[in-house]
Amino acid sequence: MAPILIANDVSKSFETKNGEELHAVDSVTLSVSKNDFVCIVGPSGCGKSTLLRITAGLEPASSGSVLFREHEIKKPNPEIGMVFQEYSLFPWLAVIDNVASGPEFSRMKKSERLKIAAHYLEVVGMSDFASAFPHELSGGMRQRVAIARAFANDPELLLMDEPFGSLDAHTRILLQRELLRIWETHRKTVLFVTHGVDEAVYLADRVVIMSARPGKIREILEIDMERPRSRANHQFGKLADHILQQLEHEVMGLRN
Amino acid sequence: MKNKILNLVIPTIVPALLVVIWMYAAWQIGNQVILPPIDKVVTLLSHPTEDQISMGSLASNVAVSLVRVLMGYLMAAALGIPLGIVMGYYALVFRLMNTVLNVFRPIPPLAWVPLVMAWFGVASFATVFGIETGKLYIYLNNLKFSMIFIIFIGGFYPILTSTIHGVMSVNRTWIDSARVLGATEYQVFFKVLLPAAMPSIINGLRIGLGISWMCLVSAEMLPGSISGVGYLITHAYTLASTDIVMAGMISIGIVGTLMDRIFYYIEMKKYSWQRLAK
Repeated sequence: MAPILIANDVSKSFETKNGEELHAVDSVTLSVSKNDFVCIVGPSGCGKSTLLRITAGLEPASSGSVLFREHEIKKPNPEIGMVFQEYSLFPWLAVIDNVASGPEFSRMKKSERLKIAAHYLEVVGMSDFASAFPHELSGGMRQRVAIARAFANDPELLLMDEPFGSLDAHTRILLQRELLRIWETHRKTVLFVTHGVDEAVYLADRVVIMSARPGKIREILEIDMERPRSRANHQFGKLADHILQQLEHEVMGLRN
Repeated sequence: MKNKILNLVIPTIVPALLVVIWMYAAWQIGNQVILPPIDKVVTLLSHPTEDQISMGSLASNVAVSLVRVLMGYLMAAALGIPLGIVMGYYALVFRLMNTVLNVFRPIPPLAWVPLVMAWFGVASFATVFGIETGKLYIYLNNLKFSMIFIIFIGGFYPILTSTIHGVMSVNRTWIDSARVLGATEYQVFFKVLLPAAMPSIINGLRIGLGISWMCLVSAEMLPGSISGVGYLITHAYTLASTDIVMAGMISIGIVGTLMDRIFYYIEMKKYSWQRLAK
């Protein structure tokens, strides 16, 4: 199958306040097929979020390009949704209006967009909170709503930037399971950035391990396990351990 | 139940105490010019439509003042909000304008008086429209540019700084989220940036109105003034009518409080998310 997303030798560097050049991402080449669930793990500051922002069209690459369905991504595209780590919901809008905001931006009629929003709220199990405001919700509930909002645009590709990173362990595991359930019924291509090795092995078809800054791809690992995966499984442990060792090399390398 | 009664009683204790002190002091002093008895001031306040020292009634003077303040204030808002948004959003415009605005900011509105008099003199809206007689003249002539300018300066800075602050502190993730969800630049501006900055803008409008209102008396002391509570106070002072001075002061306080309450209500009603989101 032809890949839906191709990153072609993508590099990104920033200029810091002292005028120094900082290489965040270094010649990353990656292709993602339709309906793939790909996790990117790497030490903090390795540019994995930057790579995601370039894919979202929020930032340009310094060199190289990212192609979505063979077209270069230059600006955000409703076909590519994104879920941020936290504080992404509009606090002045009720939950249902937050979820309906994508369709609203594309000027869909009010009754229609509310219908869509209500549907996706049901999918994430948040129907009872349609008229609540974000500040009335817990962190996990907010991320459910953020996921519903991204789905309401019915994107082909879903980018997730450590969406469960600020949740407590129990809620995180619950939402991982929920996300897989939704992903299996609504079939999207997912590119998921995380620093949780366990999370990556639990979710992904493939795990992309990145090196410390400047972020390069160190290894791509196929997770060939049936879902739902058990964390108690021997293979699960072996894979997680392998990724951890790779990351440890990176962090140690940085220190020496 | 007990708490409810207590909550109602507590805010009235100090005002009641003040009234008692006033009554006692006025009785002890026995000089109406230094401190008039409270009942005289209350009588004045309870007859707001009666003519005072042939200057018109308290109510009509308050009305004239209110129109002046609102004009100066609306101009301050009309300039302060758009400028604040542009300065908050575009770093270049901010750097371009900030030095000048910072130097002008600490200058008290009253310090502008000599310049303002030199520029505008006693010109009013009547001068602009070329009306020289009739009722409309009297009305428009009350709206002197000099006064409106002083009130404008008073309201301008709080509105401007709050707007800049509001726009600058909009969470980047909201803007990124909107872009990713397919918002155009226009939609990002009107559906995200503006609502997100709104609590801060409303707060600036509230402070600005308070300061505009406080500039009123200085503005109405300018030459050419023949009406308004500020003028009523200064004129009553020259006639040693301290009771009218105090009635005027209390009216300013009451009207100012009422206007502030309106904004407070709007903030509570529509923008509670900001307080609660923290």
